[in-house]
Amino acid sequence: MKNNLFHLFILIGFFGMSQDTLKGTLFTLEGNQEIPLTGASVYWIGTQTGTTTNEEGTFSLPFETSTNQLVISFLGFKTDTLSIKDQKIITHYLTAAEGESLEEITLTQRRKAIQKSYLQAQNIVNVNSAELLKAACCNLSESFETNPSIDVNFSDALTGTKQIRMLGLTSPYLLISEENIPMVRGASQAYGLTFTPGTWIESIQITKGTGSIVNGFESIAGQINTEIKKPFSDVPFFLNIFTSGNGRQEINIQGNQKWNDKWSTGLFIHGNQRTQKMDQNEDSFLDVPLSKQLNLLNRWQYTDAEKGWVGFGSLRWMTDDKQIGDLGFNPAEDRNSNTVWGSEIDTQRLDASLKIGYVFPEIPYQSFGFQSAYSNHNQAAYYGRRIYEIDQESFYLNLLFNSIVGNTKNKFKAGLNIAYDRYLETVDLLYFNRTDRSGGGFFEYSYDNLDNFSLVAGIRADAHNNLGNFITPRLHLRYLPDPKTIIRASVGSGRKAANIFAENQTLFGTNRFISIQENGGSIYGLNPEKAWNYGISLRQLFTLGSGSGDVTADYYITNFTDQVVVDWEQKNQISFYNLEGPSRANSFQLALDYAPSEVLSFRFAYKNYDVKTTYNSGFLQRPLQAQNRFFANMGWESERNVKGAQWRWDLTYHAVGEQRLVTTARDLQGSYSPAYGLWNSQLTRAVQTNFEIYVGLENLGNYRQNNPIIGADNPFGNDFDTAQIYAPIFGRMIYAGLRWNL
Amino acid sequence: MKKLAFIILIALPLGILAQDKTSKNTKSSFEVSGNCEMCQKRIEKAAYSVKGVKMANWDIPTNIISILHDSNKASVASIQLAIAQAGHDTPLSKAPDAVYEKLPMCCLYDRKKE
Repeated sequence: MKNNLFHLFILIGFFGMSQDTLKGTLFTLEGNQEIPLTGASVYWIGTQTGTTTNEEGTFSLPFETSTNQLVISFLGFKTDTLSIKDQKIITHYLTAAEGESLEEITLTQRRKAIQKSYLQAQNIVNVNSAELLKAACCNLSESFETNPSIDVNFSDALTGTKQIRMLGLTSPYLLISEENIPMVRGASQAYGLTFTPGTWIESIQITKGTGSIVNGFESIAGQINTEIKKPFSDVPFFLNIFTSGNGRQEINIQGNQKWNDKWSTGLFIHGNQRTQKMDQNEDSFLDVPLSKQLNLLNRWQYTDAEKGWVGFGSLRWMTDDKQIGDLGFNPAEDRNSNTVWGSEIDTQRLDASLKIGYVFPEIPYQSFGFQSAYSNHNQAAYYGRRIYEIDQESFYLNLLFNSIVGNTKNKFKAGLNIAYDRYLETVDLLYFNRTDRSGGGFFEYSYDNLDNFSLVAGIRADAHNNLGNFITPRLHLRYLPDPKTIIRASVGSGRKAANIFAENQTLFGTNRFISIQENGGSIYGLNPEKAWNYGISLRQLFTLGSGSGDVTADYYITNFTDQVVVDWEQKNQISFYNLEGPSRANSFQLALDYAPSEVLSFRFAYKNYDVKTTYNSGFLQRPLQAQNRFFANMGWESERNVKGAQWRWDLTYHAVGEQRLVTTARDLQGSYSPAYGLWNSQLTRAVQTNFEIYVGLENLGNYRQNNPIIGADNPFGNDFDTAQIYAPIFGRMIYAGLRWNL
Repeated sequence: MKKLAFIILIALPLGILAQDKTSKNTKSSFEVSGNCEMCQKRIEKAAYSVKGVKMANWDIPTNIISILHDSNKASVASIQLAIAQAGHDTPLSKAPDAVYEKLPMCCLYDRKKE
């Protein structure tokens, strides 16, 4: 870690004003004891905005402009309606209903684990912690397995890393943020998603299409924002232990302490390791890395609801070591060896952030936000005789003001941000260093007619030392021809500097020759990337039998006007050059969600991708991109009994169509991968509300790619290539874990 | 020219940030007769139709509307008149019978006897 003054500069940032939420806890009194109420419904009167309380009796939901009346109802208790004035956090006690009022029983609806937005103009899917529990393991990169909007792919045959795609585009084209601070970018592009432990996550918001301009100009295909658990509302103590058949062990210990009604703090500790060597396919290479990671987070939360102040401070440190390659590789002896191929990837990362938010107590629609973040990401790695090292230092600052024009039907956000990134890279024998500096201002207007039409129009202007001066417009529309039909449309542009090595780190697991066809541009001699994204989405809600569901069809087009083409087409070579000709990613998705009853739910999705780029060798489909995918998920859960005991079962199926393969020693010209299907399942037993045991099976059908490593018998030869992966390396895997909290 | 437009765009948010208006906001609340969510939409829309009304929330169970408004531009009387014209009785203004009778079935609240 660099000891830099910046560390002290600590970093201001705004509290995510855009998602102002009301939080609270519901109890009932039994004698003198406070018993949290689980499953009580909480909603803003006369709106669609509602939620249910979790095991700890806590809930959080966004504020509504249309009302301040919060209804709290729970079977067997008196329904209360509260006037929420300026509070951000409430604690409320329900009293048991008297015998005669039982006729007033209201039907409560169970909260859906995935909530598609109804009220927002943008196409946002919110994934809450209940959905995250369905994922086998263990970190952000694995949290999307049950979500059809995001495709999970295998990045290479060595690291076991999963790579995500949205609208047919890889994660560099997404803006991935943590609590609205851009997070997985630059150096952390390859493994950054694995650095956020799953148990830390409170919820994830996935925006399809360009999204809001508030967080920057970089998003092209979409935005993924992760909210981390907040010390104030999270449980005092949480423990998770996990172990899996591929040799991975994890432990998560999380504690939160409320010092008084204003200050609270949380300490999150995560560790994982794999010490056991695994080689199912007997190619003498490890199927999954030997690894260890330690990840620490300390955060402080300050809330003064009366005066309207809220603040967050976070400090996080992570170290992650991986060893991959030949089974017999011993780093101490075999580094630089010409006979035994091995690799080590060591990463250290430090993050610090500070956010301050202020809501004007007299005028709740007006607020200020201040947000800042510092990070240092340092990766040292060698792959056989290749070297890739990167050190990135970033500073980010954002100032935001929210208010209205005339009345709350017309809102706006205006603000400024500054970003600084310093990259130092070692690529084999070459050094690259680059500094990106940018500053910009943005203005976003939203209109809501309170009935069937809303709009968000944003524009930002940025000055960037390597990208130039430019304007980024974005527009989102939402229209409801009737209350059960939602039509959304969006258009916007985005741009980014292509960090060609960090984004394509899998190339170091090959012996391909790197060719950069420079054209005098500012980033590795290449011009930055620019694209326009257009989308339309139609959603129809329906009720069928006693259940309800929805059908969603959406179509998104991304057109690149400038792109850094990553060309694997030529044998034994990887080339980077600027696009000359068309490049586009068209994606279509048809999804059906249906819950026939309270305890059962189904989710189906068909996806079609047409991702074509002009390569030197022609206008071709992107390699390793399935054009057709199908997804199905079934979830069942039994009713909770008085103690909170419950069974939950999930079954997920992914069908992945054929993928074009580039010509290699293994694959002849014009080869396609076979289509295949994957089954995953998980069973959870909640013994009581605060103790759960789960067991799951991944890749039930034991489907594996044969010969994932090209040239495994001669890893120092020209043909060696571990990046041509279209299916799992690892077969059927069982895992088990437990969760316990106080 | 292009550069100028660019500078203006960058500076625009600054201008807005600096523009710390001391607003003369008044909070008012009063009863508005009505029943349901449809009423709620109609009542709030009517309130917003008066210039100077910044925030309006009508609560179904209590029938109380809470309004944040600039009292120089929007008087309580003018807001009540606008709501009454949409079909909902308020303490100061009564809805015209013709408008009241055209409300959808679910919105036909019991009118208080004079």
